[in-house]
Amino acid sequence: MGGGRVAGRVRGRLDIEAVARHPFHDVAIVGIANSDQARMLDGHDSTTITFQAVHRVLADTGLGPSDIDGVAAGPFSGPLTYYMRNGPSWRSHMVPSIPIILDAASAIATGQCHTVLVAHGSAGVYTERTSTAPWTRPANEFVVAYGMFTAAEFALIAQRHMHMHGTIPEHLATVAATIRNNGHAHPDAVYHGRGPFTPDDILASRMVADPFHLLDCAMTSEGACALILTTRERARDLPTKPVYILGGASDSFGPSYQHPPAWDLAGPSGRINGYAGRWAAQKSFAMAELGPTDVDVCEFYDPFSFEIIRQFEAYGFCGEGEGGEFIMGGRIGPGGQFPVTTDGGTMSFSHGGAAVQQLQRVFRGVEQLRGACATSQVPGAQVAMCSNGGAGALFTDVMLLGTETP
Amino acid sequence: MTEILQPQSPGIPLPVPTLYSQPYWDGCKVGEPRYQRCRDCGAITMDPAPACSGCFSTNLDWEVSTGQGEVYSWTTVWRPQTPAFTVPYVAVIVTLDEGFWLLANLINCPVDAVHVGMRVKTVFVELSEEITLPYFEPAE
Ligand SMILES: [Zn+2]
Repeated sequence: MGGGRVAGRVRGRLDIEAVARHPFHDVAIVGIANSDQARMLDGHDSTTITFQAVHRVLADTGLGPSDIDGVAAGPFSGPLTYYMRNGPSWRSHMVPSIPIILDAASAIATGQCHTVLVAHGSAGVYTERTSTAPWTRPANEFVVAYGMFTAAEFALIAQRHMHMHGTIPEHLATVAATIRNNGHAHPDAVYHGRGPFTPDDILASRMVADPFHLLDCAMTSEGACALILTTRERARDLPTKPVYILGGASDSFGPSYQHPPAWDLAGPSGRINGYAGRWAAQKSFAMAELGPTDVDVCEFYDPFSFEIIRQFEAYGFCGEGEGGEFIMGGRIGPGGQFPVTTDGGTMSFSHGGAAVQQLQRVFRGVEQLRGACATSQVPGAQVAMCSNGGAGALFTDVMLLGTETP
Repeated sequence: MTEILQPQSPGIPLPVPTLYSQPYWDGCKVGEPRYQRCRDCGAITMDPAPACSGCFSTNLDWEVSTGQGEVYSWTTVWRPQTPAFTVPYVAVIVTLDEGFWLLANLINCPVDAVHVGMRVKTVFVELSEEITLPYFEPAE
């Protein structure tokens, strides 16, 4: 490796293998925890439920507050740092989802800190139940008077794909039934025991925003999630099986829910919003020295059923327009080639608000690679692909996790 | 009987114009669907913006669209965003003949008639003293 040799000379040593390794590969996720999850969590607000997840993630790793020297928890970063008295510590200012995990990994890999607590939670935020959840309907002058909310935004993406490629409601319903059945089986899912569902059950539920029936959509609930990242070195001394960050990146096309969510939105690059996440996935696979066929489990973000079909096309698992047929025939279910969203995702496991459910994709990816899932464990899983966002929101974040690094 | 889509009643949340979108809303009040064109590169920018989405120049002029176009994508909404909205309503992204996208609601049309490629034209509905809202309706 020419690049490795040059870098090795600059650093005055010949550890070429270490120099050639992507910096993310020096970072491991060593702690994961979910708080209680429920439609409504009596006696909790967003801070107390986040703190519950933090206590649990510290217990998972055997670490104490003084072992944490970085905090990445959105609005809770300040309170956590203050109440844990772990200052002075590094702090991320990003939204707690995949990008904040990559921010934390970058901070660790560049020596700004060594052990980062990532957390987010939400409770008591959604009380006006005659309206859609507040985080689904941000006000903007070009959408506010047209009754737009997330389901309608994502429907405009799905409807265009259906027009171009002949994707049908049965394809969407198959995705929703698969994910909801994962949640049906999971004892900690908010909708545990609500199924099982057939695609016909999904199609029989009431229409929300054509083509999305109620059961094609994420539900709303309350809960928190927390993760701990540290160096490969320190991970060796901890009781949990380390899961390594193999790659990760983000694609953004602009602010969510302000401009028409057009499939073909693009600049001179020709890269379109309809395939948001494609370029992030290509970068992530390059960092990991892997491709789609190496992925054992797909912990894809599932705000709406169509988004799973779109992601298989965007990330290169199948060709453009082939996603609808690709997900049929049990391919994405338990025992299939690419099991998706194995805890039930936002449709059935939990959907706490603006960010916590995005962290839960990574929680589940790590749990799969630990081999610790109570249900829907993919036997021997070594590589997990996790994602956040969606084309209806003009962004997609991607992350690859592994039990080993290249 | 097929329902005919209607404009929303007063009481829905209304747009709050910004410094650079005010000319657009002023155009709506006088029945002009305005859009921005760049004096430097000729590209169209929409929604109203502080800079050209072709070359990032701030040298933008306002022009008036024919208001005609075709449906690029659509969704019929049956669960209202808030109780202020009457369902069903249809959100459409329309490709205007000048070549830009606009998101709005479709009215004066049977609820099950909307489809990609449908020809539509702009129609204005006054909702308050400050805000006249553009909708689309079938163009025959
Ligand atoms: Zn220009």
